[in-house]
Amino acid sequence: MRIFVPRDAAAKAVGAEAVAAAVRAEAAARGLPVELVRNGSRGMVWLEPLLEVETSEGRIAFGPVTAADVPALFDAGFGAHPKALGLTAEIPFLKKQTRFTFARVGLIDPLSLSEYQAQGGLAGLHKAIAMSPEAIVAEVADSGLRGRGGAGFPTGIKWKTVLGAEAAQKYVVCNADEGDSGTFADRMLMEGDPFTLIEGMAIAALAVGATRGYIYSRSEYPDANEVMGQAIAIARAAGVLGPDMLGSGRAFELELRVGAGAYVCGEETALLNSLEGKRGVVRAKPPIPALQGLFGQPTVVNNVLSLAAVPEILAQGAAAYVAHGVGRSRGTIPLQIAGNVRFGGLFETGFGITLGEIVNDIAGGTASGRPVKAVQVGGPLGAYHPVSDFGLPFSYEDFAGSGGLVGHAGLVVHDDSVDMLQMARFALEFCAIESCGKCTPCRIGAVRGVEVVDRIAAGDAAAIPLLTDLCQTMKLGSLCALGGFTPYPVLSALTHFPDDFATLQEAAE
Amino acid sequence: MLAPQAAQHSRIAEIIAEHSALEGPMLPILHAVQAEYGHVPAEALPMIADALNISRAEAQGVMSFYHDFRDHPLGRHVLKICRAEACQARGAGALAEAAKARLGVDWHGTTPGGALTLEPVFCLGLCACAPAVMLDGQVIGRVDAARLDQIATEAGA
Ligand SMILES: Cc1cc2nc3c(=O)[nH]c(=O)nc-3n(C[C@H](O)[C@H](O)[C@H](O)COP(=O)(O)O)c2cc1C
Ligand code: SF4
Ligand code: FES
Repeated sequence: MRIFVPRDAAAKAVGAEAVAAAVRAEAAARGLPVELVRNGSRGMVWLEPLLEVETSEGRIAFGPVTAADVPALFDAGFGAHPKALGLTAEIPFLKKQTRFTFARVGLIDPLSLSEYQAQGGLAGLHKAIAMSPEAIVAEVADSGLRGRGGAGFPTGIKWKTVLGAEAAQKYVVCNADEGDSGTFADRMLMEGDPFTLIEGMAIAALAVGATRGYIYSRSEYPDANEVMGQAIAIARAAGVLGPDMLGSGRAFELELRVGAGAYVCGEETALLNSLEGKRGVVRAKPPIPALQGLFGQPTVVNNVLSLAAVPEILAQGAAAYVAHGVGRSRGTIPLQIAGNVRFGGLFETGFGITLGEIVNDIAGGTASGRPVKAVQVGGPLGAYHPVSDFGLPFSYEDFAGSGGLVGHAGLVVHDDSVDMLQMARFALEFCAIESCGKCTPCRIGAVRGVEVVDRIAAGDAAAIPLLTDLCQTMKLGSLCALGGFTPYPVLSALTHFPDDFATLQEAAE
Repeated sequence: MLAPQAAQHSRIAEIIAEHSALEGPMLPILHAVQAEYGHVPAEALPMIADALNISRAEAQGVMSFYHDFRDHPLGRHVLKICRAEACQARGAGALAEAAKARLGVDWHGTTPGGALTLEPVFCLGLCACAPAVMLDGQVIGRVDAARLDQIATEAGA
């Protein structure tokens, strides 16, 4: 009998270790031959820890399971039980998804290279080895894949630039510094299917002629770093990485590096400085990293999800990917749904689903049962959207057009108890804490911004134009999006929820 | 036998040597030294600066840039509470206030007996099981005041 209990950090955070221990103990006490698999998470976090059992009809699920539930589950022969959820694949949240990048996450043992291959892994890399670098780049360009890290820059164009650059050494750097609030897809992928990221980086290396790569992860992700580190060692031992990738005669060495608690190091040039051992200060562009990146060499810098989409794009062909999505937002997007929702977790789907569908139908509205007030999309630099935006289709263009951004596709839902003035204040406070300090509008502006919001809160209506003016300065005068986009949450809060900024005087009148 | 100071000195030298083959070894060295001592001891920085051929001011500048690195020991346990938006939407603000009151310290403070240090953190990737905290690298989700009290008690604070 095969039983699955995730080793994903979110599952662990709500008791998966205790459930796994209980399963082992119970199986031993009953003398049952149970194989316990520590898989990734299926992404239905409200059901974690989600225990699954393999049956002839498919995997059946129980959740959320506590260690105390385990003996009764064995007693019931994993049949009728209050925590029984039926076939996992039939749970609506999972069934409605189009899983492309996350196809294997939650299904397999993340550190089993043989299971990975049995489920289609390495097919993309084998194909890439037989292709010219130009052909690989063309396939990725044809897929319409755009960077999933936030800026949405076409991945094919970036790779083409690095391929065309002349240098003795080129690098592939994976940006796994996922610091945005409400995002966890990079973490889930690294914990649930790390070989996909390794394979995607290896393909990128073949495409541009790089022989070295780094994954820059974060210290806040100890579980992801452990799995990722083990996966790299396994891949090297199996010859997927190393001096002779899968017998291709091509070398690719990959290393995991861990940051040290600085949000700005997610910005690609700050990340490169950090990798080089410097302060994580943003570099002015040009030169772009594709031409002068790590140690001054041509470097591909891509998000985890951008790189992890590549193996399937190669394996299935660009057309299979381009078939999903709308307009110039092609393929699938792993949405991360969090905050005050009933059903929080990871939902991979084609672009084009509306904001309202995501919040009401997929996430099931608020957990508190109170009305939704605001949804922040795209992390701490993303805009707050009111319910009147719920018709907005999820795509780069539609969100940019509404004064917002897709970012890393995290959605944080707030109910009507939220004070939007406080959220605007927090955005500025966060910017002040995390500013790299290179430019004045960001470094000083954010600090002043907090003071101005406090003046508004204290009843000074004259401070409101000062706040908008300050935001304008930050927008125009900042070198990177940390200072430049902090005005999005601040101004969207002010624009859509003016009542929360109504001063005491106004309220008294 | 080496004097404690000299022993520490040679251990730091060893850590630096272990990482010297890496490209850009600065952060890996600082992480490794901090993993060994719980902080980066004062004598480590000049040694690192020498080994990497950078000035001491530069080494100091790098270390102080990152929130993780510290030049003084923390409590025996470190509790990080997420302050970011998704956790706020599920009551992280009130949780943090409860923690401060329960422990009698503010952010970055250590309880009088040295048992526990309270640190803010911005997103642990546990946003869908918020509010989230991390105790010494162990992640804990759906934390309420009662669970927090239990965590503090188990940590001896
Ligand atoms: C302040 C700031 C933080 C960022 N954080 C991340 C991050 O955590 N992960 C990421 O992939 N990109 C992040 N980015 C975007 C990167 O600079 C860069 O656009 C991205 O890594 C490129 O990869 P992609 O084309 O695959 O998206 C951030 C940008 C800024 C300005
Ligand atoms: S906007 Fe802020 S974080 Fe970005 S470069 Fe300027 S000071 Fe640094
Ligand atoms: S916002 Fe708290 S864990 Fe992500």
